Amino acid sequence: MDVPARPRVVMRGITKTFPGVKALDGVDFTLAPGEIHALLGENGAGKSTLVKVLTGVLAADAGTVELDGVPIRVASPAAAQDLGINTVYQEVNLVPTLSVAENLMLERQSSRFGLISWRKTRERAEAALARLKIHVDVGRSLGSCSLAIQQLVAIARALDRDTRVLVLDEPTASLDAHEVEGLFTVLRDIRARGIAIVFITHFIDQVYAIADRITVLRNGRFAGTGTIAEVPRMRLVTLMLGKQIESHYAERPTTESIDQTGAPVIAATGLGRARWLEPIDLSVRAGEVVGLAGLLGSGRTETAKLLFGAERADKGSLVIDGVPVTLRSPGQAIRMGFGFCPEDRKHEGLILDLSVRENLILALQCRRGWWNRVGQAEQNRIAAEMIAALGIATPDAEKPVGQLSGGNQQKVILARWLAAKPRLLILDEPTRGIDIGAHAEIVGLIRRLCREGLALIVASSELEEIVAFSHRVAVLRDRRKVSEIVGADITQSTIVEAIANS
Amino acid sequence: MIPVPPPSEPATKTRRPLPAVVWPLVALAAILVVDGFISPSFFSIRLVEGRLYGSLIDIVYRGTPIALLALGMAIVIGAKGIDLSVGSVVAIAGAVMAHFIHLGFDPAVVVAATLAVGLLCGLWNGFLVAVLSIQPIIATLILMVAGRGIALMINGGRIPTFRSDFFSALSTGRIWVIPSRLFLVALVFLVLWAVLRRTAFGLFVEAVGGNASAARLAGIGTRMVTLATYGISGVCAALAGIIITGDTRSSDAVTAGMWSELDAILAVVLGGASLNGGRIFLATTLVGVLIIQSLTTSILMSGLPPEFNLVVKAVVILAVLLVQAPKVRTAVGSLVAAFRPRRTER
Repeated sequence: MDVPARPRVVMRGITKTFPGVKALDGVDFTLAPGEIHALLGENGAGKSTLVKVLTGVLAADAGTVELDGVPIRVASPAAAQDLGINTVYQEVNLVPTLSVAENLMLERQSSRFGLISWRKTRERAEAALARLKIHVDVGRSLGSCSLAIQQLVAIARALDRDTRVLVLDEPTASLDAHEVEGLFTVLRDIRARGIAIVFITHFIDQVYAIADRITVLRNGRFAGTGTIAEVPRMRLVTLMLGKQIESHYAERPTTESIDQTGAPVIAATGLGRARWLEPIDLSVRAGEVVGLAGLLGSGRTETAKLLFGAERADKGSLVIDGVPVTLRSPGQAIRMGFGFCPEDRKHEGLILDLSVRENLILALQCRRGWWNRVGQAEQNRIAAEMIAALGIATPDAEKPVGQLSGGNQQKVILARWLAAKPRLLILDEPTRGIDIGAHAEIVGLIRRLCREGLALIVASSELEEIVAFSHRVAVLRDRRKVSEIVGADITQSTIVEAIANS
Repeated sequence: MIPVPPPSEPATKTRRPLPAVVWPLVALAAILVVDGFISPSFFSIRLVEGRLYGSLIDIVYRGTPIALLALGMAIVIGAKGIDLSVGSVVAIAGAVMAHFIHLGFDPAVVVAATLAVGLLCGLWNGFLVAVLSIQPIIATLILMVAGRGIALMINGGRIPTFRSDFFSALSTGRIWVIPSRLFLVALVFLVLWAVLRRTAFGLFVEAVGGNASAARLAGIGTRMVTLATYGISGVCAALAGIIITGDTRSSDAVTAGMWSELDAILAVVLGGASLNGGRIFLATTLVGVLIIQSLTTSILMSGLPPEFNLVVKAVVILAVLLVQAPKVRTAVGSLVAAFRPRRTER
């Protein structure tokens, strides 16, 4: 499909700078009527910023937007809606306690003599849903409907106006395969009415199932565009990840450290959880690093949390040191000698109010239990050691950890687990938000820990890093393990291929 | 495993903000100074028949039940909970105490039974919050409402009176010249301080309150921690019940500890804690109790009609809270800076 003579939306040279970061840098985006246009990119690529400019949430610093050939300035989300640009956000923006009809007609109920006419409101709500071939009792409270129905109601609400552009921000994130198919049927129907749809997603398979064209952003810049025929999977993944810089880390890790004799520290067979992760097989030996690679949303974090007991598996089995175990809580995992550095350090890692020292000893204290306190002198010693060993920049150990910089906070979480002396350490994006110098330090640390006999599972979106330290790499796509690459076969291009191939 | 680097040069110390303990103390001092103007004899302390008399002694003495409640409440608030039921637990504890005294038990047994019932009440709250995941304010509201009914049932619908030398001595007696109940508060304070700052549990409480999901991922059994905080609060409330009931020598299920839960919460907040959980301060919580109690005393003393009592109290407390709010503090700070003559930079 060529770009039609008269596109619906043309965005040119869109630039948006936030303090300290250029979120968008001269991005072009063209949207045709009657197409489903997938907008793709990794974290921080600028997808959501671009959409926010289009929908009036943010004002661009530079660039022009045309709608059906007419230059527009979208001052607010309300102005965007008046122009027929409607958005359905990932987190459904509806009121779960109100009925389906009330949600659909909120602020536009049919009124009579200043009073709401509920009969008419219901009729109009039913009509709006019927147009999408959805049949649901509009009197039900929205919260009692499935997420799929809620998503469709949100779409129906967005369509109830004179819609020209419909923006869907990760509409399928919490839907199962069957529900996704239902949603796609509705989307094809909407497309047939000539409405232009922007479809933001992380699921590559879904892009090829429904989209007509693809635009890829990377680090705030336009990376490429084309029809799905022009952009095959391999090219798409390369566009998203970019041409990876040549590796700083020349040598590959040696396999000497791997303990081949005993049972693996952890071995998962068919471990999975509904709507969380498809069953996965994975094992790690002492002295071995297993990398988890994949695009954003591919299931890296999900795998890490399942192996740590932060989410309970509902399928499959876990064998730890040759003994079958059911992990019920992180506390249990820690007592077995596991450690887990989460990706989201502010919300899942640190206790910002508490001091550096208290944050550092938390995991060790949990491992020792309630009655065996880490003594004051030992606490001070551990804090001093860790601050020195990882180069945590803090005036003293008593400073609240919330006052440190991002990189130092990350080091505090890593140090917390090192202080607990685990046998298996699971790291989720250990180098996110860290400057280049600290980056190399952490890669070096991972290698050293591995030589010392630790078993490591490291999830990362940086292929260079994964190649530098992994003995094996599990490649994930759409919450499913699609491939395992071993030893000398691990290169950036083999991983990219595995991510792309269906 | 970790190389020890050469000792680093002393880190540059930034000017630290004033410690949190300062603001409640400033507020208390201000109230006391005003009292000094209202009543010149306010600060005088006399020794009559081996007993200390004076307004200051009075404030400390009357503040003890709230102090006991507030110390327990602080632990609960540290773990991001709240316990509305403490006033009712006071009433239940009083009823249990009177009942066991009437049954003729030894004071030690009476104390043990009363504290056990307090613990049970706390664990009930903790069960609702930690196991059934009911919001703390609702979960403890249940016992707040039902508790007085339970106490009334134990009392058989009457107000039983009793005589007990032990409990009178504990509540209204003195050791040397110091009221004995102050020793009880000191003991509870020291024990809870040690629990908070010198045990693993104390660290867990503030970790759970500061960031529950991070605490869980660090391996803390958040349920047990929450359960235990309510248990502690229940025991503290039972102790307050013993003091109040020992003072009146009767168990009045309707009035004992009435509204005291709100004063206890207020004291913790005046002490610098946030209801969002995290850091708590036991010492300043006691200062908060003194602020509340000295307000009550000074309003009575000032000759204002008693109907003004609650309104004045509310205004002063609002002022203290505003002084502690970071937003107001930065605003006042920049205002002060604007008027301050500039010092030459060195």
